[in-house]
Amino acid sequence: MARLAPNTMFKSGLGTTQRKDNWWLQPVLVVFGLGSFGIYSTWAALQGNHYAFGPYLSPFYSPLFIFDWWHWSPALLILWAPLGFRATCYYYRKAYYRAFFADPPACAVGELAEHRYSGETKFPFILQNIHRFFFYLAAIFIFILSYDAYEAFWFDGHFGIGVGSLVLTANALFLGLYTFSCHSFRHLIGGKRDCFSNCSLAKAQYKTWSIVSILNQRHMLWAWISLCTVGFADVYIRLCAMGIIHDIRII
Amino acid sequence: MSEKTAKIKVFRGDEKGGEYKEYDVPLFEGMVVLDAIHHIQATADNTLAVRWNCKAGKCGSCGGEINGKPRLMCMTRMDTLPLDKPITVEPMKTFPVIKDLVCDVSWNFEINKKIPPFKPKAPLADGTWRFSQEDADRVQEFRKCIECFLCQNVCHVLRNHKKEEFAGPRFLVRLASLEMHPLDVEDRLSLIKEAFHIGLCNITKCCTEVCPEHITITDNAIIPLKERVVSRFYDPIAKFWQKLFAKNDVTK
Amino acid sequence: MNYQTFEHDVIVIGAGGAGLRAAIEAATQGATVGLVCKSLLGKAHTVMAEGGVAAALGNVDLRDNWQVHFRDTMRGGKMLNNWRMAQIHAQESPARVNELEAWGAVFDRTKEGKILQRNFGGHQFPRLAHVGDRTGLEIIRTLQDHAVHQKNIEVFMECTITHFLKEGNKICGAFGYRRVTGEFLFFKTKAIILATGGIGKSFRINSNSWEYTGDGQALAYKAGADLMDMEFVQFHPTGMVWPLSVKGTLVTEGVRGEGGILKNSKGERFMFRYVPPMFKGEFAETEEEAKRWLAGDKSARRPPELLTRDVVAKAINAEVKAGRGSPHGGVFLDIASQRDVETIRKKLPSMYHQFKELANVDITKEPMEIGPTCHYIMGGIRVDAETGAATVPGLFAAGEVAAGLHGANRLGGNSLSDLLVFGRRAGLGAAQYAKENSSIKADTKQLDTCATELLKPFNQKNGENPYEVMDQLQKMMDAHVGIVREEKELQKAIDSLAQLKSKVKNVKAAGDRTYNPGWQTCLDLENMLIVSEAITRAAMERKESRGGHTRIDYPESSAEYAKFNFVLRKKGEEMRVEKEPLPKMPAALEILIKEGTT
Ligand SMILES: Cc1cc2nc3c(=O)[nH]c(=O)nc-3n(C[C@H](O)[C@H](O)[C@H](O)COP(=O)(O)OP(=O)(O)OC[C@H]3O[C@@H](n4cnc5c(N)ncnc54)[C@H](O)[C@@H]3O)c2cc1C
Ligand code: SF4
Ligand code: SF4
Ligand code: FES
Ligand code: FES
Repeated sequence: MARLAPNTMFKSGLGTTQRKDNWWLQPVLVVFGLGSFGIYSTWAALQGNHYAFGPYLSPFYSPLFIFDWWHWSPALLILWAPLGFRATCYYYRKAYYRAFFADPPACAVGELAEHRYSGETKFPFILQNIHRFFFYLAAIFIFILSYDAYEAFWFDGHFGIGVGSLVLTANALFLGLYTFSCHSFRHLIGGKRDCFSNCSLAKAQYKTWSIVSILNQRHMLWAWISLCTVGFADVYIRLCAMGIIHDIRII
Repeated sequence: MSEKTAKIKVFRGDEKGGEYKEYDVPLFEGMVVLDAIHHIQATADNTLAVRWNCKAGKCGSCGGEINGKPRLMCMTRMDTLPLDKPITVEPMKTFPVIKDLVCDVSWNFEINKKIPPFKPKAPLADGTWRFSQEDADRVQEFRKCIECFLCQNVCHVLRNHKKEEFAGPRFLVRLASLEMHPLDVEDRLSLIKEAFHIGLCNITKCCTEVCPEHITITDNAIIPLKERVVSRFYDPIAKFWQKLFAKNDVTK
Repeated sequence: MNYQTFEHDVIVIGAGGAGLRAAIEAATQGATVGLVCKSLLGKAHTVMAEGGVAAALGNVDLRDNWQVHFRDTMRGGKMLNNWRMAQIHAQESPARVNELEAWGAVFDRTKEGKILQRNFGGHQFPRLAHVGDRTGLEIIRTLQDHAVHQKNIEVFMECTITHFLKEGNKICGAFGYRRVTGEFLFFKTKAIILATGGIGKSFRINSNSWEYTGDGQALAYKAGADLMDMEFVQFHPTGMVWPLSVKGTLVTEGVRGEGGILKNSKGERFMFRYVPPMFKGEFAETEEEAKRWLAGDKSARRPPELLTRDVVAKAINAEVKAGRGSPHGGVFLDIASQRDVETIRKKLPSMYHQFKELANVDITKEPMEIGPTCHYIMGGIRVDAETGAATVPGLFAAGEVAAGLHGANRLGGNSLSDLLVFGRRAGLGAAQYAKENSSIKADTKQLDTCATELLKPFNQKNGENPYEVMDQLQKMMDAHVGIVREEKELQKAIDSLAQLKSKVKNVKAAGDRTYNPGWQTCLDLENMLIVSEAITRAAMERKESRGGHTRIDYPESSAEYAKFNFVLRKKGEEMRVEKEPLPKMPAALEILIKEGTT
């Protein structure tokens, strides 16, 4: 049978390419973006304090579970779920395979010579296949975070709007967009069908699938915006709680 | 008339190796890289080998690597490239070079043969079928493929890791076009996992980036197929559900 | 001399729509088939077809049926068509299109979920089944994927056939070479089906690929088969004229089918002035009526932009000559003012893409600049309507390479259906012939001569550059045998052809035999010369204007010339042009044409 070319024909090895554009810029930005979020969120999750201020609750700590027997930060009880969701997200997979594993670093750019590769067929990456279960959890989180956002408008029983209320609302909104533009959801909601026109259920599924498909085209965008809003919400509440800044009340 | 020219650096060689040769070509309005290659062929060296047919991005013959990027030569305009440095033109590097810009893509045709053919469900009494444009839309995107094999060329699973058992993005697209075909009743899901090794794709999307037909290969073909594979092989709940509602079984 | 030998019942040369369909049919009949093509599988010209495939399915307009399709085809061909082919074609094309669906093709749909059909020039009703503007791709891919799963088809990609072998008067083999290695190939066979397509490369401005060098016509001619109707070359009215790089590249008639209009530099919609007498009363007479038609009013008549291609091409030519052309010597084709952005991008995606990327023109906002381009040849190998048999035993032909169906002018969309209908019939015919005839022993001594001829360009010391000779030939044909012709120009062409012939004898190839495009061009040139000469000689003899053939010195159609086709035959080294009376059409069909069907 005909074959693929051996790697010896053209120069190969990490970073070799004839590309003349700044192909390295994207992976560098991803390393920077995901890296700084990772460092901050680990630190914030480990703090175990300053996560609430007035009616605001940091999304890193929601839902909040306080147990006597748990001596560490309550964030650790729940954060594995959104972390798992993002870690197995089809978009983030692309981003970190490229930026952190250089597999490949960019298109038509060489990789580390001769490393073993099995894609997502072996442990640990075969676990990526459970992404949809994280999606189920993430969907529950969206309801919880939306409730938090709602709560953020009630100051001691009175309706009000603070910058924090808006921050939490935006956060719930963008997390919602991110979550419901998920590829697994797109499959479950209708993508699994081959035929959209043969019964009324199919037609309804076609509609939802079309809407999710439109959201899905911007999945990367939602991923980054929601990453920023989550981080920012925690920073904001933390700074308020620490008394470093003051929450501005609009109403 | 003072003619403007461009410098172009072309790979000349065969499977044993080769070198880059530099040529000067006169520029004209709307010129594409394939014009430059043809100019060299007609004047400087009749033996310069290149594949082409339609010169309009329809046949997928003229794939190569221009300044390191996998592209169609007939759809790459010279005025979109920086002309201060020579333009490099190389063959697709994933496949064995036959000569100059022509490489041996027959491996792709072998993979294609292994895909079980279309099998339609029973037609209506008049011998034809009915399905709506909505049903057609999704597979029509995949059927736009002009088999330029640029995606196969750029896919690192083939390019760097030489996994010849992997079908590659082009044929995952083709599998998707069959699996999602509103009339098809063949089941290829186990093959997609076991024989075409969809798991080797790590969805890094280079295929989508280079596709001249702008097929969203990863998002619309590969990921949905991966999800179908999950439903069949990794999702006990989906299995249970399918047993319950056998009628809506995605896996037919 | 070294060569590889292969043996099959049937050899199909050409893997476009016609070749693939023929191979599938022959294999289904139990014949072993070798399918040979110059490019990779799936890259043949058929892949470029855009607008659609004509078949009277009646899915969009119930009034359509084979009789109307037959009538349109005959009138479009200016009655020079082989009536039997036109009848078979009109009757069988719906089944061929439906069959594609059974093999996995996904056509655009009507609201009821049937195959959608669009309007096209010369077709009375919306008749072209299509997939946006990439119908050819859909067809070739469907056929290709169907063919590779047939057990008895063996595919030979990137192999060029250069010679036929005969024993007595019968075909018994084909000889050629494999591009990738340069090695020689001998195909021993009982029957050959030619499906090699057209001749467009004989002209400078054309919509065709490097493959269109008239190989099939030339091979058949040299083997003693009749060529017919070679004067009828179709210049498609809408090719790109700018930028230079894409001059000639096709703009699908689908643009006009979807409502596109033609305007000159004064902004006039000039086609209203060019409706020929034969079609008077069948086309809209005012812009207002044309508008109503576009809006779906069934009582309104079609806009004159949808006249047959010969008429539109000549009209554009006349406008440009009269000084009302666009800046780059064409006219304007405007869809932006007729349809919304969404529809244009959905129905004409590749046109949108093509103009955007190659000409920086956004067709949803601006008009396109277009002009005639050499596109298709109606003439070719003379064949039997039922079986596709040529006049040499064992030789069959189908598709663009064959003559008869289209007469003096082809309607858009009638080629793709031609490929399917007559591809299948040639497959049947050849398989049947192979069954009835035992294989004959080929005298392999002939092969040495073939090989020597093939290698000749490598032995020329101070020969000509084949690309230069090709350029000269193309420019000459554009100048003297182009869209309008006259006696003295044609005479010049004949003289130039004689000179070019001696140059072609001297063309030289450098380098070695592996994938050598210069060598390939040397070999192509001989075929290009033969077909160019055939076109010129036939054009000289037809002293009238009809369909794709326009003579300034004889601007009218003549009743006398309507009675026969011109046939070209090889007599020694001489090319003879002879008259062949048209077969008599049955009265029932004649009535159909005269009175119409509605
Ligand atoms: C841009 C464009 C758009 C078109 N749009 C339409 C349309 O919308 N509707 C329509 O009906 N028609 C259309 N046509 C016309 C139609 O596409 C062609 O006439 C038709 O595809 C010809 O098909 P074929 O099978 O005869 O030959 P092709 O598809 O051209 O195939 C020829 C085959 O012969 C092989 N071959 C040639 N010479 C040799 C040799 N010496 N040895 C071995 N193999 C050889 C080639 O490699 C190729 O495989 C269009 C044409 C063009 C150029
Ligand atoms: S997304 Fe998958 S198939 Fe596409 S290039 Fe990346 S690894 Fe290859
Ligand atoms: S999917 Fe796109 S890139 Fe891949 S072969 Fe097809 S057209 Fe080319
Ligand atoms: S794919 Fe990104 S969240 Fe599911
Ligand atoms: S030549 Fe056909 S795609 Fe470039």
